[in-house]
Amino acid sequence: MGNLMERLRRIPLAWQIGLLALAILLPLPLNDYYRAVLWRTGIYAILGLSLNIIVGYAGLFQLGHAAFYALGAYTSALLNLYFNIPLVLTWPISILVAAFFGYLISRPILHLRGDYLCIVTIAFGEVVRLALVNNIFGITGGANGLSGIDQTVLFGLTLRTPLHHYYLVLFFLVLTLFAVRRLENSRLGRAWMYVREDETAAEAMGVDTTWAKLLAFVMGSGWAGLAGALYVARIPVVSPDLARFIESVVMFCIVVLGGTGSIPGVFVGTLGMITLPEIFRFLKTWRDAWMGVAMVAMMIARPEGLWPSRRIRMEIRGEE
Amino acid sequence: MQQLLQQLINGITIGSFYALVALGYTMVYGVLKLINFAHGDLFMWGAYIGLTGLSALVALMSQGGPILIFPVSIIVIVTIALVGVLIERVAYRPLRSAGRLAPVISALGAAFILESLARNIYGASWKTYPTGLVPAGRVALVGGVRISVMQVLVLVVSFLLMALLYLFVYRTRIGTAMRAVSLDHEVSRLMGVDVDGIIATVFLIGPGLGGMAGLIVGLYYGSFDFTLGWTFGLKAFISAILGGIGNIPGAMLGGMILGIIETLGAGYVSPQWKDVIAYVILIVILIFRPTGLLGERVAEKL
Repeated sequence: MGNLMERLRRIPLAWQIGLLALAILLPLPLNDYYRAVLWRTGIYAILGLSLNIIVGYAGLFQLGHAAFYALGAYTSALLNLYFNIPLVLTWPISILVAAFFGYLISRPILHLRGDYLCIVTIAFGEVVRLALVNNIFGITGGANGLSGIDQTVLFGLTLRTPLHHYYLVLFFLVLTLFAVRRLENSRLGRAWMYVREDETAAEAMGVDTTWAKLLAFVMGSGWAGLAGALYVARIPVVSPDLARFIESVVMFCIVVLGGTGSIPGVFVGTLGMITLPEIFRFLKTWRDAWMGVAMVAMMIARPEGLWPSRRIRMEIRGEE
Repeated sequence: MQQLLQQLINGITIGSFYALVALGYTMVYGVLKLINFAHGDLFMWGAYIGLTGLSALVALMSQGGPILIFPVSIIVIVTIALVGVLIERVAYRPLRSAGRLAPVISALGAAFILESLARNIYGASWKTYPTGLVPAGRVALVGGVRISVMQVLVLVVSFLLMALLYLFVYRTRIGTAMRAVSLDHEVSRLMGVDVDGIIATVFLIGPGLGGMAGLIVGLYYGSFDFTLGWTFGLKAFISAILGGIGNIPGAMLGGMILGIIETLGAGYVSPQWKDVIAYVILIVILIFRPTGLLGERVAEKL
C-alpha cells in the first residue's frame, strides 16, 4: 500500500498529461449542472491549494481564509461597478488587495502560535464579514451585497456558459498547481517546512522565520483573492456570505482531511467536502454533521490525512 | 448618569452569561491546553433542552410559574454535563498525546456535529420560550434606575454558581487536584492524582455550567436559533482570553468586562458594530497581552 502511494505521489509526465486531458474532456458529456459542480470544485481546489501554503507548508493555523476570498471577490465587483473596469483587468488588483490585507493582519500576529493564531484569524474573518454586512464606507451594499456586475469578456469572447467558466478556472488551477509545485521544492518551500517542523532550529540555521511566515500568509491570501475574483467572473452577485466562518472551515478541512501539506491531498479534500455533497444532495443537509464526524474520525484514525505528503507522514507515523 | 447606570446593569447581566460560558472554556484549557470549540454548541444545546423541558412541563401542568424552572435546570445541567463527558471520551481522550493540531480539529468537528444535529432536529427557524414563567415587573433602584425581575434572577443564579465553583476549585481536595493537573499532568499522576478522573470532572462541570447558561439565556432573550452556540460561544471565549485563559476568576472578570464594553458600545457607538468591537478587543489583547488581565500563563510564544 505504501509502495503504491509512493509511486502515485511521483506522478510521471504521461500521467500528468493524461489527467489534464481528462480534466478538459470530463465536462463535455455532462449537463450544465454537473459542469457548474466541476467549476465549484475548481474554485475550491484553488482555495485549498492557496490555504495549503499557509497551513500545510508553513504550519500556521489560518481559520479565516474565506475573508480573503471575499476581499478578492468584493475588490473585483467594486472596481467593475464603480469604475467600469473590465473584470479581467480587476483580477491582478484582487490578488494585490487580498495579499495586502494578508500582510496587514499577519504582520502583528506572527509571533503567536498554534491555537492562539487560529483564534485571531477567526476574529479577523468575522470582522471582515461584519464590516461587509454593516455596509462599510457605504459601498459594500450591506447584507444583500452587490449585484449587476458585468459579464466576463476575455480576448473579445464573452464567457456565458458554465463550460466557459470551467475552462477559465481550470486554466488558473493548472497555473496554481504549477506554481505550488515549484514553490514546494524551492528554497522558500524548504524554509517553510523547516519552520513548521521546528521553528527554533530553523532560526538557528539562519532561516528568517518571520519573513518566511509572512510570505506564506501574503501568497496564500493573495491567491485566495484570485479565487474570489474568479467567483465573480461567473456569479454576478457578491454577498458577505462569502466570508462566513463555515466557508473558512470548509477550506481548512479540504487541506487537513486530504493530508496537510500534500497537493493530491487538496484534491481528495475538495472531492469530499465540495464535489460529493453537491452531487448527493442528501449529504448537503447533513453536510456539517458529516464534516464533523469525518474530522473527529480522521484525527483519531488517520491524523496524517487521506493522501498525505511523505514528510508529514514520517513526522506522525515515524520512519517506515 | 442614569442612562449609564442602566447600561451598566444590562452589561453586567449579559456579562454574567459570558462569564458562565467562559468558565467552561477556561477550565478545559487549564487541564488540557485545548480550546474546546464544542463548548459553545453545548451551551446552545442547553437552551434547546431547556426549551423542550419547559414547553413539556408547561403543557403538562397547563400553567407556568417560576417553580417549573428548577426541575428543568436540573435536567439541563445533567444532560449537558453527560454529553460533555461523552465528547471528551470519544473526541479528545484518544488524541491527548497527538500534538496540538489534531485535538483542535477534533473539537471543531464535535462542534459541527452538535450544531448540525440541532439544526436538523429543531429546524433552522427561531425558537421561542414559553412566556410568563418569570414575572415581568421591574424594580426601581436608587436614582431612577430600574432592574427587571428577570435580571435579578439571572444575576442571583449566576453569581451563586460562580461562588460555588470558586469554593469548589479553591477549597476542596478535588479542586486542588484540578489545579495540580492544570500545572503538570505527569507530576500530578506521581502525586497520586487520578488525572483522567479529574479531566472527566472538568468536562462535567464546564458543560454543566454552560448548559445552565443556555437555559438562562433562553429565558432572558425569549428566542434564539441554532447560530446561538457559535456567536455566543465566541464572545465567551473572548471573555476567557480577556481575563487570562486557564484562570477561573479571570473568566468571571473577563465576562463582566466584555458584557459592559459591549453594552456601552451598543448604547453609545452603534449597535451594529458591537460584535466588531468585541472581536477587535480580542485581536488587540492577543497581540499585546496574550496572557490576559489576570493570566500568569505565558501564551504559546517561543
